Amino acid sequence: MNRKNPEGEVWIFAEQEDGKLQDVVLELCGRARELADKLGVKVGAVLPGRGVADLSKTLFSYGVDKVYVVDDPNLARFTTSPYAHVLQTLIEKYAPQIVLYGATHIGRDLAPRVASATRSGMTADCTDLQIDDVELLDSKTKTKVQYKNLLQQIRPAFGGNIVATIVNPEQWPQMATVREGVFPKGEADETRVGEIVEEKVAIDASLLAVEALERFVEEKKVDLKGARVVVAGGAGVGSKENFKLIFDLANALGGAVGASRAAVDGGFVDSHDYQIGQTGTTVRPALYVACGISGAIQHRAGMQDSAKIIAINTDPDAPIFSVAHYGIVGDLNQVIPAMIKAVKERVVD
Amino acid sequence: MSSYHSIVLVKQVPDTANVTGSAMKEDGTINRAALPTIFNPEDLHALEAALEVKERFGGTVTVVTMGLPKAADVLRDCLYRGADRAILITDRRAAGADTLATSYVLSQAVKTIGDFDFVFCGRQAIDGDTAQTGPQTAEKLGIPQIAYLTEIIDVKDGKATLRRSLGNGWETVSTTLPALVTVVEEANEPRPKAAIKVMRNKHKRVPSEVADPSTLAPEDRLEQWSLDDISADLDRCGLAGSPTKVYRIESIVLKKEGFVEVPATEEGVRNLVAELVKDRALG
Repeated sequence: MNRKNPEGEVWIFAEQEDGKLQDVVLELCGRARELADKLGVKVGAVLPGRGVADLSKTLFSYGVDKVYVVDDPNLARFTTSPYAHVLQTLIEKYAPQIVLYGATHIGRDLAPRVASATRSGMTADCTDLQIDDVELLDSKTKTKVQYKNLLQQIRPAFGGNIVATIVNPEQWPQMATVREGVFPKGEADETRVGEIVEEKVAIDASLLAVEALERFVEEKKVDLKGARVVVAGGAGVGSKENFKLIFDLANALGGAVGASRAAVDGGFVDSHDYQIGQTGTTVRPALYVACGISGAIQHRAGMQDSAKIIAINTDPDAPIFSVAHYGIVGDLNQVIPAMIKAVKERVVD
Repeated sequence: MSSYHSIVLVKQVPDTANVTGSAMKEDGTINRAALPTIFNPEDLHALEAALEVKERFGGTVTVVTMGLPKAADVLRDCLYRGADRAILITDRRAAGADTLATSYVLSQAVKTIGDFDFVFCGRQAIDGDTAQTGPQTAEKLGIPQIAYLTEIIDVKDGKATLRRSLGNGWETVSTTLPALVTVVEEANEPRPKAAIKVMRNKHKRVPSEVADPSTLAPEDRLEQWSLDDISADLDRCGLAGSPTKVYRIESIVLKKEGFVEVPATEEGVRNLVAELVKDRALG
């Protein structure tokens, strides 16, 4: 197990694909900076890949102090074992106190393997991260133990209106994954400088058991984060056919289409990219229109910071109304066409 | 035909998709006991992947679950669909486990079963959505992991060629065996239960499910293992072996106030749109 190091840095896994950093990495930079400032330590980023050292400048500009570059032909493309080995080796060498990952396909594949290898605790899909002192009851001695400056890993829990704060008091580093959009991306400051630390990690042939043969990647079809208006549909829309209403309203309003998890699981849209919420994307548009969405906490976590929220639902007790600025208790099959008509009339005016 | 041994890790979970009013307690928290339990959906796809390996390339399928005695329900379900062997890990000392402690127990169970080519599990369970237990189990077994399986292309000469999802696309990979594979819904269509297998297995029970285990006929007995049976280090199991602790649970009390109620009429909607344009939320 690792030594618990209260002077340890706050780390980010700098996930890149084909030489481009994931957006969520830059979003994490800002929050890592805040956590590190509170702890009085530095922000480090681990950057494995091939010929990617130039990305360090971007990381510095978003608040990173030190970039650990691991350049190796075997890291050109992500495979789990070599990447996990790099993280494990550097964690054991430097003992950071916190390691954050984007909850991407790669992050969710990699981070738990690293947590297992370093025997540290980890929490998936956090919707907030804070540093605070914590008092815990020791289950063996039944006495209260004080811990200074633990990472509070906050996430909605199990099925309902519950928010859990998870801590990892002993088995450091404290690790968490965070979905894209949870933390807003800060402003880049090109004048910020930092230190590049070049690391060599031996990658044994035994780590290369998985070989990537062929790959097909398409551009993301949905851009929810950049949209000024988001129209989202939920279970109440009823069917894939009827989801056309959501697309129509989004078109009329010049906005993007989103979906609740129930709508994604129900096959109303053909991609998980549409999903808004804790396990999807978090959005903060100027206007959010929730149609037939009951508003479970996991969904609200991904949209409640929108500037204006309109909720349309037949159930007056639906939790979505608790975060709405405007509520329409009614059938979306009537309300949406009326809204499209009203918008078109304004355009004609 | 060659013979590949697949071990499938399955989980019984509360049906979180059907949280109804009766499952909510007065303080707004969930009454877990009031929720029906189901076979974790992606684990059914993991089982199907193992059955596919068995049928296309030859072999056997062993399923393992960890949980309360009632979790034997999902084991019987696996037998109805074609699994050859089913084992329940149940032990009070394993309670309160986070994913790290759970993956330790599962890896010990897999090691105890031994001699395997594949470990299949669902990508994630719907009661937590963490997707951590699969990769953590692979690490403890010291074998490669292939996450998000969508297609088994070929298995031969101790190697598997698999297709996996990348979220924004796909990738085909070749891996040495043994390997752990996490499976997503797109991988296959789980087969239904076979009537003949239901007849053959429906009386099977783990000892903890019956009042007097000595009355259980040997042919009706499902395997039940404790932490001792899998040589588990108790310091790495249950609450004691879980580095993460729940520090605080907050129930969010919803207040239905502070929003403007808009009549569901053409006029109401027209006025709303006008107001949004005025506030520059639109246009």
